[in-house]
Amino acid sequence: MSTYEARFKVWRGDGDGGGLKDFAVEVHDGEVVLDIIHRLQATQAPDLAVRWNCKAGKCGSCSAEINGRPRLLCMTRMSVFSREETVTVTPLRAFPVVRDLVTDVSFNYAKAREVPSFVPPKDLAAGEYRMQQIDVERSQEFRKCIECFLCQDTCHVVRDHEENKAAFAGPRFLMRVAELDMHPLDAAGEAGLDRKRAAQEEHGLGYCNITKCCTEVCPEGIRITDNALIPLKERAVDRKYDPLVWLGSKIRRRSEG
Amino acid sequence: MAHVDRQQWDVVVVGAGGAGLRAAIEARERGARTAVICKSLFGKAHTVMAEGGIAASMANVNENDNWQVHFRDTMRGGKFLNQWRMAELHAREAPDRVWELETWGALFDRTADGRISQRNFGGHEYPRLAHVGDRTGLELIRTLQQKIVALQQEDFERTGDYESRLKVFQECTVTQVLKAHDRVAGAFCYARESGRFFVLEAPAVVLATGGIGKSFKVTSNSWEYTGDGHALALLVGASLVNMEFVQFHPTGMVWPPSVKGILVTESVRGDGGVLRNSEGKRFMFDYIPEVFKEKYAQTEEEGDRWYDDPDNNRRPPELLPRDEVARAINAEVKAGRGSPHGGVFLDVSTRMPAETIRRRLPSMYHQFKELADVDITAEAMEVGPTCHYVMGGVAVESETAAAVGVPGLFAAGEVAGGMHGSNRLGGNSLSDLLVFGRRAGAHAAEHAAVMDRRDEVPAEVIDAAAAEALAPFRAEDGAENPYALHQELQQTMNDLVGIIRREAEMAKALKRLAELRVRARRAGVEGHRQFNPGWHLALDLRNMLLVSECIALSALERTESRGGHTREDYPSMDRAWRPVNLVCRPVEPAPADPAAARIALVRQRTEPIRPDLLALFAKEELVKYLAEEELYE
Repeated sequence: MSTYEARFKVWRGDGDGGGLKDFAVEVHDGEVVLDIIHRLQATQAPDLAVRWNCKAGKCGSCSAEINGRPRLLCMTRMSVFSREETVTVTPLRAFPVVRDLVTDVSFNYAKAREVPSFVPPKDLAAGEYRMQQIDVERSQEFRKCIECFLCQDTCHVVRDHEENKAAFAGPRFLMRVAELDMHPLDAAGEAGLDRKRAAQEEHGLGYCNITKCCTEVCPEGIRITDNALIPLKERAVDRKYDPLVWLGSKIRRRSEG
Repeated sequence: MAHVDRQQWDVVVVGAGGAGLRAAIEARERGARTAVICKSLFGKAHTVMAEGGIAASMANVNENDNWQVHFRDTMRGGKFLNQWRMAELHAREAPDRVWELETWGALFDRTADGRISQRNFGGHEYPRLAHVGDRTGLELIRTLQQKIVALQQEDFERTGDYESRLKVFQECTVTQVLKAHDRVAGAFCYARESGRFFVLEAPAVVLATGGIGKSFKVTSNSWEYTGDGHALALLVGASLVNMEFVQFHPTGMVWPPSVKGILVTESVRGDGGVLRNSEGKRFMFDYIPEVFKEKYAQTEEEGDRWYDDPDNNRRPPELLPRDEVARAINAEVKAGRGSPHGGVFLDVSTRMPAETIRRRLPSMYHQFKELADVDITAEAMEVGPTCHYVMGGVAVESETAAAVGVPGLFAAGEVAGGMHGSNRLGGNSLSDLLVFGRRAGAHAAEHAAVMDRRDEVPAEVIDAAAAEALAPFRAEDGAENPYALHQELQQTMNDLVGIIRREAEMAKALKRLAELRVRARRAGVEGHRQFNPGWHLALDLRNMLLVSECIALSALERTESRGGHTREDYPSMDRAWRPVNLVCRPVEPAPADPAAARIALVRQRTEPIRPDLLALFAKEELVKYLAEEELYE
């Protein structure tokens, strides 16, 4: 096993300000950036604040920016950097800092509440749901989301435009709208809820100009732009400008049910 | 003492994994104003890491399945030590709990006729696990999280406040369950973000805090698993049952060192993966124990045929219950037939096409590729045992999930004991969370409803809790580093109370734990209370040490090997131990001297298994398990 000393710059501070602090720290074979942050806690900075949980890329807690790029600390191996390179770790830029690498992500939880939930079909009891694998797969892709909020952090609509936050749900929650819209048994339409229109009019889909930054940072490899946002946009446009398309889709849906 | 904010709720749920969220949903739907408090962000709990599936006898894939077969498998897996009524309720109610998730928006993988698909798993006679690829836990937690949001949206419609009847206090920790008049009256909490203290007053508290894995060095568990609920229950006068049973999952990653312990799902074996030693041999055929001889294939050919023709062939021994597989791997490594990094080989690459592997096991493919530079479609994985689950836990009433001896306290999920006996089957955890989470929520709500007079927590009780929580900031010269203490604890448990146990080592462990307990009183931290991980760890140490002591004490006492408890000096299962539960109770009053013993261990006879449930087994099988006197009864 080989060991070397790496140079790190870690942002330390709180809502009132702060700056990058230099560290020299040991690195072993196979380690990820989160291991190094933990080593700093155990040996040099016991009160260094970092959010983490599973350390296996499944919970989406340890989101931060490494050399300016939004990433999961637990899935970024040290081997992607050269030994000479200084590794800079900073908190997510789109959200207010709480302390050190921990940010206030409550924006996302507020947005989650604004998306109307799954509407169960009235005529089906529990245990009677029948769906084909091919039909559930589209929504299943979006349900792989671990809510790390890296897409929310990187999206230029809000990254440097605090003022857009009120009107824009962000890629994660627009994808949630798409997920529900593509759910084979969601009965929102029957309940008088138009998810496509809501995406456009209430969740700010129109702000998205499909630069695919969200897709690029997604640690789950979800094709957010291609598979969720663009189809949602197309449908929203269809709906808006072509009532016949809308009517057709409603009738087709009913007869399938 | 400074003013501490108090809030009044009907039910407080500690923990926001599967059990906690299901409890909260039930309590709120039954009219109780419910607060959920969790250490992580909402939706990040350890349940998210569950991979394989939820066991429920829906009989979608094999029509012969039913609750009786599931009950039987569960009892066999637990070597008959299970609290049988829990195992019965679990097997009966699991299908409804899974179907209910679909009405909340869950999207499971499907069968050809559109129903929920079910996969094979260790110890389950039929394909029984509802799943979503290998990320079933994520689907479960997200579905429950979104159901909570749906209820909050309803409340918003009605009251204009999302949190009027159901609120999640995320990134907050409970350090004490509080009592007044000998019954539960609330919880003392701190917000991790600000360090601010607050008290949630409620007549009913549901513990749903999960497990204890962070007391061990090699574990699949996340940082949250510090035995909080176990310790909170013990400190408030409840009992812990059968703490010696700790499940070491047979397949954790072994390399690189920084990921050692991360789980490799049992689905790899359920879907056809095989275990081989350094000689290329499928060694599990040499490790089929006597009690399972008739149920497992004796040749590779038969085992391989079983995947396509399960009615006429027996299952391969790679699918034995987890305790058997973990011990076998341990033995192979010890005999010098291990892999280069001290594990054995788990191979799917020669068993199915690369495309199938990527589709059925996407997270595993991703995990090995990203963290170990291993392409599992082209080469074998290296795996070894990792501390995964504690079967022991709070002693509860089977029907109500009420903690024995403490009115108003409930426990559900991993923190509760009894359900899984000495060893849990894969897939039975997620179903356990739902079945008993719902029951705990229902009975907590009912308990709160009948408590018309609310107890106020006395100020001195709150002051004492605050003083305890602040102690690490007052540590003087010579303060102990909490990180160093934690590492010593993990090493001790790993080396001395691990997968194979010996009397002398456990005695040594107890001595070390007592020393650590004394030193932990001097754990000190730098900085201030705002999001200070050193402080959080210093407070969690109390819980980890308490739970570790219970494990070591019970493990030393039980002189047999059964399920998740293997004694080198008593290598076989002893039927005389079948009807015996080991129960840890707090020494009362708590001794002031930190060096004095705080836990009393007692033996308790289990309740006789109901005759109609015993009748589900053949007599020849029962004689392998039941104690002599039980057979005559």
